[in-house]
Amino acid sequence: MQTQTVKIVVTGPFNSGKTELIRSVSEIDVVSTEKKITAEAEKVKESTTVAMDFGRITVDDDLVLFLFGTPGQKRFDFMWEILSEGMLGFIVMVDSTRPETFREARSILETFHAYAPTPYIVAANKQDCADAWDVEDMRVALRLDHSIKIMPCVAKKKSSVKNVLLELLFGILEEMDANRS
Amino acid sequence: MALKGNLRDFSITQLLNLIHIATKTGALYVEGGSDTVAVYFRDGKISFAQNANQSFDLLKILASSKKLKRSQVVMLQEKFKDLQPAELGLCLVNGGYLSQEDILDTLRAYYSGVVKQLFIWEDGFFHFEGPESAPEGNIMVRESLEDLIVEGARKLKEYEQLKDEIPSLEMALKFSDRPGTNMRAINLSQDEWRVVSYVNPKNSITQIAHATRLNEMDIRRVVYALLQAGIVEIIRPASGAVITPGRTFVAQDRDEQKSIVNRLIDRIRAI
Repeated sequence: MQTQTVKIVVTGPFNSGKTELIRSVSEIDVVSTEKKITAEAEKVKESTTVAMDFGRITVDDDLVLFLFGTPGQKRFDFMWEILSEGMLGFIVMVDSTRPETFREARSILETFHAYAPTPYIVAANKQDCADAWDVEDMRVALRLDHSIKIMPCVAKKKSSVKNVLLELLFGILEEMDANRS
Repeated sequence: MALKGNLRDFSITQLLNLIHIATKTGALYVEGGSDTVAVYFRDGKISFAQNANQSFDLLKILASSKKLKRSQVVMLQEKFKDLQPAELGLCLVNGGYLSQEDILDTLRAYYSGVVKQLFIWEDGFFHFEGPESAPEGNIMVRESLEDLIVEGARKLKEYEQLKDEIPSLEMALKFSDRPGTNMRAINLSQDEWRVVSYVNPKNSITQIAHATRLNEMDIRRVVYALLQAGIVEIIRPASGAVITPGRTFVAQDRDEQKSIVNRLIDRIRAI
């Protein structure tokens, strides 16, 4: 029997927690192509994902879920299109403590939705930080319609990441049912 | 939860919209350069606003809006010395100088004016403190944010339209190849002439903006005007490849596809 692999893409602005999210649930060590940061404006962390992160969750012998994290920096956006091909859905990570990245997050969301109109969810990351914006305030800031799910998230906590993934999968099921009727 | 950031990243219109929709109560402080503006809200409506660099003098505000004569202001300043605005307002109403509605109308316009000052701020740190109330002794109003948001949004819309017309400032300009265009017959503004002097396929619009010291909004306006006049053309980068999404599922049957998603759900629950 042919093994079915399905793909969920994790996207979002630079330093929004994409790698962390994949690390929290992947059964393999996340394959990251990281590089030291050179651009002055992006020196929030020492290194960043250049090409992609790659995580895996095996369901059984004939079903595997891959998690692909996109590079956060705009100059690598040529990779987005490739990564979005055939995705089951996608997660847009947004750093709740950095409102200066909200506009970019919105732009990334629109770009990915244009690439493939698959279900998606917005994960409001770093909700454990004192500076974090309230999720409903973020909904307004990101101009998200009420039909779009936005979940509080702490990417380093497995339980939180599980909730985000589950909500996305529930959304995918709902869309399948809606398309049928 | 914190609500803070910079107007550079989150415009005042977006901020007001958020406060309006979420019917927030509290104080919004915006600091830009040497100015600090404090706007207080109650249930998503403006209740009080003040620029820290401008003294709040109720009598002068009423005189500016022609509710009081200058001569009355001098007399009233002497008569009601050292009174807080709320007490002073009461004295003015009780003394028959003005109606309560006169005072409230004037203050609604004044507080809105303080907020409108923020529309031209491109940069400024803001933070919202809830549920902070305005300093005691002031006169509170209930001024809806809708009109202000519309006004701010109009300015934003102009900017967005210009962005649609000129999607990237990294593009270059070249003179259009229209043999009939007579450059000498065209009237250009000073800024437009300055930009025209830099038109060259090797110069990006950003570089021209730097050279002519025009901000992003102004360079877009000028380039748009030149485009409309048919003087220049934007040299656009080659369009990207056509996207052909790969297949999400091997299975074509919808029930099989649902089964796959359900198996994924079970697996993730078990992690």
